Amino acid sequence: MSHVSNYNPSSGIEKWLDKRLPIIRMSADFMDFPTPKNLNYWYTFGAILAVCLVIQIITGIVLAMHYTPHTDMAFQSVEHIMRDVNYGWLLRYIHANGASMFFLAVYIHMFRGLYYGSYKEPREVVWMLGVVIFLLMMATAFMGYVLPWGQMSYWGATVITNLFSAIPVVGESIRTLLWGGFSVDNPTLNRFFSLHYLLPFAIFGVVALHIWAFHTSGNNNPSGVEIKDVKKDAVPFHPYYTVKDGFAIVVFLILFAAFVFFNPNGLGHPDNYIEANPLSTPAHIVPEWYFLPFYAMLRAITFDVGPISSKLGGVLVMFSSILILFVLPWLDTSKVRSMRYRPVAKLWFVLFVIACIALGYLGGKPAEGIYVMWAQIATAYYFAFFLIILPLLGILETPKPLPRSISESVLHRSAKPESSAAPGAPAAAE
Amino acid sequence: MTTSDMSDDGEPTRRDFIHIFGAATAAAGAGAVLWPLVHQMNPDASVLALSTKEVDLSAVPEGQAIKVMWQGKPVFIRHRTPAEIEEAKSVAIAQLKDPVARNANLSGTEEATDENIVTGASGEAHEPWLILVGVCTHLGCIPLGTSAGESRGDFGGWFCPCHGSHYDLAGRIRKGPAPENLLVPPYQFVTDTVVKIG
Repeated sequence: MSHVSNYNPSSGIEKWLDKRLPIIRMSADFMDFPTPKNLNYWYTFGAILAVCLVIQIITGIVLAMHYTPHTDMAFQSVEHIMRDVNYGWLLRYIHANGASMFFLAVYIHMFRGLYYGSYKEPREVVWMLGVVIFLLMMATAFMGYVLPWGQMSYWGATVITNLFSAIPVVGESIRTLLWGGFSVDNPTLNRFFSLHYLLPFAIFGVVALHIWAFHTSGNNNPSGVEIKDVKKDAVPFHPYYTVKDGFAIVVFLILFAAFVFFNPNGLGHPDNYIEANPLSTPAHIVPEWYFLPFYAMLRAITFDVGPISSKLGGVLVMFSSILILFVLPWLDTSKVRSMRYRPVAKLWFVLFVIACIALGYLGGKPAEGIYVMWAQIATAYYFAFFLIILPLLGILETPKPLPRSISESVLHRSAKPESSAAPGAPAAAE
Repeated sequence: MTTSDMSDDGEPTRRDFIHIFGAATAAAGAGAVLWPLVHQMNPDASVLALSTKEVDLSAVPEGQAIKVMWQGKPVFIRHRTPAEIEEAKSVAIAQLKDPVARNANLSGTEEATDENIVTGASGEAHEPWLILVGVCTHLGCIPLGTSAGESRGDFGGWFCPCHGSHYDLAGRIRKGPAPENLLVPPYQFVTDTVVKIG
């Protein structure tokens, strides 16, 4: 990739292959990639996400061998997986909880990027590709949740596909096109299965671009200062970060396994163990937890704005909440990347995280009374953070002095509490 | 376009012609390939074939309602009592959130009077029979109020449990987030007690 290759083909076959398909060189350069030496554990979630994607693809391919995408048989085939297929329960529980773990990791990964300014020049494309991955993940998770054909599957699909009917003029046609009929039915289930199988591979492709992009720009790091001297500021990815990422992956998989083995339905909804019934709507239609903040924003718009009905307004707000991330690199006017050196922005960021969690809580509550008001306040803050606070803070805020280099930031921090700290001691972990 | 692509008098050359012709053919070809790929997702012939349904109403006593499936969606058919008809008629258009009768049998712009809602394709009003698509116009849930014992909401018609929309005795939205009155499907009375929906 972008750094000087240190690979020297030693054996004859390596030399032969290196002139024809330098795939060993590419892998060697990947493992040797100069990585900032101060990355903390928040930076391990990229590797954790890669593991999540692989787990989902492997368990998903196996589940597809036993699943039947037909309205008459889908629910039974999932029960068949749970009861009859050897280790079917394990594979399905890993796949179902894997989706939750995937989103947990991606949200931490995104907040990490927000806090350390990883979206700023020259990493705009890295960030935007990340948002594309996030959108693809949401589409994949939504369609996957429809496949068991339970009550929540059916009614979740009905509510979400009906969102498209809010689009003026073409909305109804788009909805019919998505359904392949006049309601969510067998054609819908069939195409969702097809796309649910396809999209993870699309995610895989965009992940490759995402990695390529930050191997071109270089990793950001907690100081937000670029690598100045590769010898002093960076370490090779392997073994330093393969080990650190590996340890984080093990810890993460312990949490994952705790859900799979001790509370496999804890994050799900009991109504989805009732087969889909087009004639009866469950009392509360609630999406999976990872969609709740967006569901809260959808329902927070209870008023018409001029010609825009509350229904269309809610849909616009919900989609804008993600699309706004695409322009974030140009909304944040501050040149300082890391919020470690932005004392005011840091406080607003904490409030932003609280607003997001609050929206998640409110999305699971009925849309009435005080819940609606709080959802409106949190939604307003969500957008104000991007559209008002970040643009203004770049002008108004006085950042703390930046370290001259990554090396200095690390030495300075470790030297402070104990002035006798050995110079050059690598203080990788926070 | 560089000058070498042009003849001396500025006229397009044979090479320009090849470029334009090639690009135009490719665009037409792309469109011809794209359309079947998109259109295959629209309702197919077997789905469209199920688009009408005949219902015998003789077994529905006054004051009760039934649900039938039509195009994968429930259709509510309520046999209204004279008192319920009077109540539905007494509502002024100004009181309505959506003043338009969403009736597929009419042009779709008529006022949401009770008469315009219970009119079928024949143009005749069958006042006792209120026939509606049982799908909330907000986000597509099935409102409660058809089966005995279910909540009928604050206006005696239907109540959607998902986001709290209340419909009245003519299926008109009176309270809650739904933007439109319940839709009236295309229907026609074949005899006095048999109706064909679709």
